[in-house]
Amino acid sequence: MAEENALQTQERRTYQAVIGLEFHVHLATRTKMFCGCRVTYGEPPNTHTCPVCLGHPGALPVANERAIELGVMAGLALNCDVSRRAVFARKNYFYPDLPKGYQISQFDEPICLGGHLDVPLGDETVRVGITRLHLEEDAAKNVHVGTSGRMHGSVGSLVDFNRGGTPLMEIVTEPDIPSPEAARATANHLKDILRAIGVSEADMEKGQLRCDANVSIRNPDGSFGTKTELKNMNSFRFVEKGIARELERQQEILESGGRIEQTTLHYDPETDEVHELRSKEFAHDYRYFPEPDLLPLELSGSYVREIGDRMPELPDAMRARFVEHYGLSPYDAAVLIADRGLAAFYEEVAAEADPKQSSNWISGDFRALLNESGTDVGGSRVTPGHMVELIGLVGDGRVSRSAARTVLDEVFKTGDRPAEVVEREGLGSVEADELDGVVDGVISSNPDEAERVRNGDKKVVGFLMGQVMKATRGNADGGRARELLLQKLSS
Amino acid sequence: MISEEQVRHVASLARLGLTEDEIKEMGGQLDAILDSIEKIRELDLADTPPTANPLNLSNVLRPDEPRPELPREEALAPAPDPADDLFAVPRID
Ligand SMILES: [Zn+2]
Repeated sequence: MAEENALQTQERRTYQAVIGLEFHVHLATRTKMFCGCRVTYGEPPNTHTCPVCLGHPGALPVANERAIELGVMAGLALNCDVSRRAVFARKNYFYPDLPKGYQISQFDEPICLGGHLDVPLGDETVRVGITRLHLEEDAAKNVHVGTSGRMHGSVGSLVDFNRGGTPLMEIVTEPDIPSPEAARATANHLKDILRAIGVSEADMEKGQLRCDANVSIRNPDGSFGTKTELKNMNSFRFVEKGIARELERQQEILESGGRIEQTTLHYDPETDEVHELRSKEFAHDYRYFPEPDLLPLELSGSYVREIGDRMPELPDAMRARFVEHYGLSPYDAAVLIADRGLAAFYEEVAAEADPKQSSNWISGDFRALLNESGTDVGGSRVTPGHMVELIGLVGDGRVSRSAARTVLDEVFKTGDRPAEVVEREGLGSVEADELDGVVDGVISSNPDEAERVRNGDKKVVGFLMGQVMKATRGNADGGRARELLLQKLSS
Repeated sequence: MISEEQVRHVASLARLGLTEDEIKEMGGQLDAILDSIEKIRELDLADTPPTANPLNLSNVLRPDEPRPELPREEALAPAPDPADDLFAVPRID
């Protein structure tokens, strides 16, 4: 009996998080969802508007065909069923950033339904279900006057309509994300996929990817607990921290015998606290109805297949291929494919040079040079041909590994061929008989150290090696030089 | 019959401030609309797809090409009280 009680108590203390995420993603189009205004970031306010996105009476929306295509691509990448028919609907509510009094969205006939995302988390993979994916328009940007930067306590709002009407994709996951870490990993993986297929730049700092979370704790009987909605966490780190904080808050309430109120919350990273955002009066009564100003979308099987055929390789598939085909470790493969340009560069090099060496050079030295100078692969002077040549020079022993790095620096600066740089800068490896002479010279000019090595003091070998390198300006093959030294000093 | 409570709810969603008389009047008008819809529901429409638009068209799209935009002064011209090139709106509660 006592044991049973203990078990029950223990069970009650095992809190299981139930997390669902909702993403809003800016699609990488040139123009807005329903008008030809440009999609821009950081431009002076209200410089990219027209009667449609300002909500002037009588202005008529026309859907952007590229946005539809990108929505289908995202759906395919997330293993969704693309709907044969999709319908835009009006979501009615009043807010200053929504001049029409409704947002054009999709409701009961969204563009995609039911998919999943396999999220890498440590050594495991978590499968996150996708409930739906739909297209809509973003609201304008409210610049709240007041100290908090949020609605409450502000004396009024100032509105910039540049963002109003930006093509937006909403992706809703099933509530099957097991932890705050998994939520962060999901967001991150989604970003990688969307970037890889060119659907969105998905930069959270620019607001191109926004994330809300539905958070609850499972009841002891396994049923769902009351959920709260955590709004607009604006970095991957805050997604994790915000959800962790909210779970902690819910747990504290439950432990003290309280009840969770269904509410909308905002996470403040400065104080690591959640605050209630909207009163319950702002009830979700959007009175959706089909948008009469837009016609339905009919997405034929051949249209969807054609988009699928044109779609770039997904990160998971590319990583698997790099491991399989080039014999790289999953880590090395991941480093390369994180940058599509770098991955393409790598494939050109690895077609003609040793794949493992190619990976070392490209994800190591070359990537470091790109990062330092803030250039991308396309803007660099180093061509795949240069890289193949450089790896060949090292492989043939004509250039030492350390000298080759200097050669790469020079090629990066000038765009000259590696062989040319080696010749011009005198960076070629020291020939065997020349090295032999250098080693003899070092031994005779350092008789004390040489004697100590002969007597078995291996620590001094490093000093003598240094002298050899100095004499050859670093162009000696280190392994060969050490071998020669030890051979000549073996008593 | 639509209740006064329902009329008040719809009015508040639409941000309309109605007097007691107007609530009664709107209730009557909404009832008339609902009656008309009830009449349509008497028909057997099982094989008729919902029609949100009288045009028998789909996929009316535009290419992703920029079109002329409004100069900022023109965009802000109808605003009663712009500030710093932004539309200014009253405080929201
Ligand atoms: Zn516009």
